[in-house]
Amino acid sequence: MTEPILEAKGLSRSFGHVRALDAADFDINPGEVVAVIGDNGAGKSTLVKALTGNLALDTGEIRFEGKPVHITSPQQASALGMEVVYQDLALAPHLNPVQNMFLGRELSRKGVLGRLGFMDEKTMREKAKQSFAELGGTVRSMSAPIGSMSGGQRQQVAIARAISWADKVVFLDEPTAALGVVQTQNVLESIKRVKAKGIAVILISHSMPHVLEVADRVQVLRLGRRVATFDASKTSVEELVGAMTGALDKSGEAA
Amino acid sequence: MSVIRPPEDVAVVDTHEGQQSLLKRLGNTQSVWILGVLVVIVAFFSVAAGGKFLSASNFSLISQNVAVWAVLGVGMTFVIITSGIDLSIGSVLVFSSVVAAKVMEAVGGQGWGTAIIGIAAALVSGLFWGVINGYLVAKAKIPALIVTLGTLSVALGLAQVITGGIDVRSVPEAMTDFNTYIKILGIPSLPFIALIVLVIGGIVLHRTKFGRYTYAVGSNEEAARRVGVRVDRHLIRIYALSGLLAGFAGTMSLAQFGTTTIAGQSLTNLNVIAAVVIGGTSIFGGEGSIFGTVVGLFIPAVLQAGFVIIGVQPFWQGVAVGTVLVAAVYVDQSRRAAALRGASSTNPLRAMLRRNK
Repeated sequence: MTEPILEAKGLSRSFGHVRALDAADFDINPGEVVAVIGDNGAGKSTLVKALTGNLALDTGEIRFEGKPVHITSPQQASALGMEVVYQDLALAPHLNPVQNMFLGRELSRKGVLGRLGFMDEKTMREKAKQSFAELGGTVRSMSAPIGSMSGGQRQQVAIARAISWADKVVFLDEPTAALGVVQTQNVLESIKRVKAKGIAVILISHSMPHVLEVADRVQVLRLGRRVATFDASKTSVEELVGAMTGALDKSGEAA
Repeated sequence: MSVIRPPEDVAVVDTHEGQQSLLKRLGNTQSVWILGVLVVIVAFFSVAAGGKFLSASNFSLISQNVAVWAVLGVGMTFVIITSGIDLSIGSVLVFSSVVAAKVMEAVGGQGWGTAIIGIAAALVSGLFWGVINGYLVAKAKIPALIVTLGTLSVALGLAQVITGGIDVRSVPEAMTDFNTYIKILGIPSLPFIALIVLVIGGIVLHRTKFGRYTYAVGSNEEAARRVGVRVDRHLIRIYALSGLLAGFAGTMSLAQFGTTTIAGQSLTNLNVIAAVVIGGTSIFGGEGSIFGTVVGLFIPAVLQAGFVIIGVQPFWQGVAVGTVLVAAVYVDQSRRAAALRGASSTNPLRAMLRRNK
């Protein structure tokens, strides 16, 4: 039994009278793709925010590589090797893919020039190209602004950015929500490649077929709790929907 | 929303970057397009007025008129790229020049020693107003339009309080002589200094992290914040830069006119904003270049000089500049709308105006 790279126990968070998370558990192993599904308001986004330092918890414990951690800021999550690809991607539309990829983490030139704030554009471009190629290379231009690119290309830039800084865990929040068929397929391929690099992927999605295609395990949230965990290869859309809506009430650590 | 293009699974990577970078360094397509407008204007006056317009003295005059605005334009370009605005620059210029003149009056003397103390006083005054603007915009979250409209009024009011509304004429000869007699590499001194500021501004904007964050903040502030860019601090620095440059422009104005110009700067802010926007810097943020600003500054200046030479009432300059301004922003908006619709628009005009190549 491998040790989970990221594990959460009994996470709770209330907003007024609403219990967004109600003693929710979560776990993911290195190099695993875990999908988190749930109806609207089930607490998926809250869970991601809590795990990445974007939201303070009322109670609960988070363990990273077996050690208890207290994550209070996104920067801290980054330092641990975790990155989030937000649903809105958080890209700057006027900047090109390379600039977006290195935004906030630009490589400096060596010596005095670097200290004056000059950037090593050439190395950044090479590294970015390499990252895009690793993901299947749908990003063609390194110099056009992101805003002029297709949704799939933007998604890939966001994913490439996340995995080039996260060597442990990547969160993908609804990565296929706004994409066409071809682009969705590209993103799913990208997820497989990320997994192949040994990075754990947490996939938040509404789309059951996509979830079943790429995930190893599926964890179902309902009313702020994890109500079921399924092995993706042994479950079906019907079973997942049943767990999501509560028609099929399996609580705790099922199969 | 997203446009599905032909299969994208082929790993094609743009190989034409080397060829593009030079053009790109000069700015985006709009500034190149507007450069064309400037060339047409220059050509028109050259044909209409011949040697009189094309003379070195005429261009020297034009560059003199542009110099102070150019320094202000550098700061304004940074501010507008962050999707902000700074209306206070004219007043800050006046305030700084008043403080500098008063300080130099108190110190006495006509030499460079006095002048340097005055310049330092102007820079500190400008920086002071810039930091106030930046703090109120970034931390107090008051819209930049309101903040700088407020400091416009306060700075000008205080300048009038200090002087009793009468211009101070105690400018050391070292400064006025510098403007009148000195030429550097054949260029009159003030335009030469403005050129240095422009070049440094361009390098900082297009080559450094500071510049990159300026674009990022204007393009998507939230995204910049999420990746760890310290957005508030950056905005304060941007407005501080604009204030500092306004202070410096105050000393240049002293050198140029030998007096403060309390009543003479009421439209400076709008003229500089117009120049920056004509030059392709988007008031919505995220886009712009120093090169564009330079072109945008020369259009009104060349029109003014040209109309005088060919004997048209110079008032037509305002008519022409206003028209160009609205046209430029219209083009900018169409371009942005096209970009939002996705990259595969086939309209050749739009394709040309967009900068994906």
